[in-house]
Amino acid sequence: MSRPLALLAVLLLVAAGAAAVGLMAGSHALAPAEVLSALSAREPTLARDIVLELRLPRVSAALACGALLALAGVLLQVLLRNPLADPYVLGISGGAGLGVLIAMLSGLGQAVASVAGFGGAFGAALVVFGLGYRAGDWNLYRLLLTGVVLAAGCGALISLLLVLAPQGTVKGMLFWLMGDLSSAPGAGWAWAVALALGGLAVLRAGTLNVLSLGRLKAAALGVPVRAAETAIYFAAALATVSAVMLGGTIGFVGLIVPHLVRLLGVSDLRWLTPLAMLAGAGFLCLADTLARTAWAPLQLPVGVLTALLGVPVMLLLLARRPGSER
Amino acid sequence: MTRLTAERLTLGFPERVLRRDLDLAVGPGDSWAVLGNNGTGKTTLLHVLGGLRPALSGRVLLDGVELPRVAHAARARKIGLLLQEEAAAFWGTLLEYVLLGRYPHRRWMLGADAADEALARAALERVDLAGREARMLSTLSGGERQRARLALILAQDPDVYLLDEPLQHLDLRHQLETLALLRSLAQQHGKAVVMVLHEPARARRFCNRALLLFEDGRSLPGPVDELLGRDVLERLYGCPVEGA
Repeated sequence: MSRPLALLAVLLLVAAGAAAVGLMAGSHALAPAEVLSALSAREPTLARDIVLELRLPRVSAALACGALLALAGVLLQVLLRNPLADPYVLGISGGAGLGVLIAMLSGLGQAVASVAGFGGAFGAALVVFGLGYRAGDWNLYRLLLTGVVLAAGCGALISLLLVLAPQGTVKGMLFWLMGDLSSAPGAGWAWAVALALGGLAVLRAGTLNVLSLGRLKAAALGVPVRAAETAIYFAAALATVSAVMLGGTIGFVGLIVPHLVRLLGVSDLRWLTPLAMLAGAGFLCLADTLARTAWAPLQLPVGVLTALLGVPVMLLLLARRPGSER
Repeated sequence: MTRLTAERLTLGFPERVLRRDLDLAVGPGDSWAVLGNNGTGKTTLLHVLGGLRPALSGRVLLDGVELPRVAHAARARKIGLLLQEEAAAFWGTLLEYVLLGRYPHRRWMLGADAADEALARAALERVDLAGREARMLSTLSGGERQRARLALILAQDPDVYLLDEPLQHLDLRHQLETLALLRSLAQQHGKAVVMVLHEPARARRFCNRALLLFEDGRSLPGPVDELLGRDVLERLYGCPVEGA
């Protein structure tokens, strides 16, 4: 079996296992059989309520969110040809954070906060795009700098809001900023976005592969570079905004997961894209399960866990003898 | 018959014109050496001929059709362009890299088939990189990577080869083998080859035509035997060229 196929099988198992653990673990631990019977139960039982009402939506949100973040990371690393690119380099997290925090501070409800976050995120993405794409052509350097500068500005405003906010709301704001899936809305739409964008990315992976050679070489090989880059930009923005709507600004997944798959020996984007999405989904689901069980009944923001888990895994992979397996 | 025609090209930047009124007709079987000092617009010329950027004025015709009107993929099936520098690091293997040359020919969005892979392997063989298909591109030496870039274009299998300093980083043996390969592409396979070279002796031996780019913005195309006299070369390079 080829390496990508083997990895696909392994990562499918990991994601499925992570989902299973997510359904079983919690203050009221359930055995696998109990979960299965709860999933198929007709009449309401305690186990059925826990699994279907509480855990399944959260597991589903974590899987979709992880997949979206990994996809955005893959796309932006291709677009910016920068290994340090992550879903938030384009100022989307800052814009979303600002929108959500202003809504929270104004005492508006969850729904309004989501809309405000969406508006802030897409506003930031459009500003960065508009400034980076001046005169009908990209300047990736300007794009990257615009994103970083905008993110810094939003960060400063967010700090200001946190200082000015009354004690009671600060904790909710901090959780949102660190990434938290406890109040994730239903994730059906996010699954649809993830599958649509992921499918599109895999179908167009040949073009993504060629683009990773640089814009000039890609143009010489017949890629309509400008159109392709615009499409990648907005696909990445849509994936990031969707992920942020689910769980706030969860760090680390979008940066680290694509590298993790590369370090496992896959770089062809036909494989890298789905593998990274699977890995991101499984990873975030595991991290979220840990976040709500490790210090129970206290719930941790999952963003803290993604870093705590991701750093050692990444360091371990980096420490392996380079190129030993190929 | 010509494959690639340039008519009254002005090249450069709005604030600094590099070439004026450049005419060129590249036919099948032709092997052109582009000679000139640094900064005379050799790379810019290749980029304009390859459709990567527009000229300030004038036009480029590919098989009789003006370049901007040729679709991206159709252009890439006919013109292969070896860049002087490739900006990005590639994460994959040598074979995966060379297979990207098949991109403009792919019939299905997903990627390469067995025939593409056979072509890529044959291309690697021709540049003396057979047996190294599974190596990561990033672990190859500079000269090996240069030959890999050439193999990518061989796999692309265009009608017109535009090569910006194809010999850079190559040792003497591979320089001569590469030049012989390029000459055979033109003479035996009817391809059109345009390459930037820095040694007139090489141009005489391996090319049948030369395009001289003078510092004053004028350009002179012609057969190598007539063109590359000592006094012309001294005017071209602005220095004594004894034995070159």
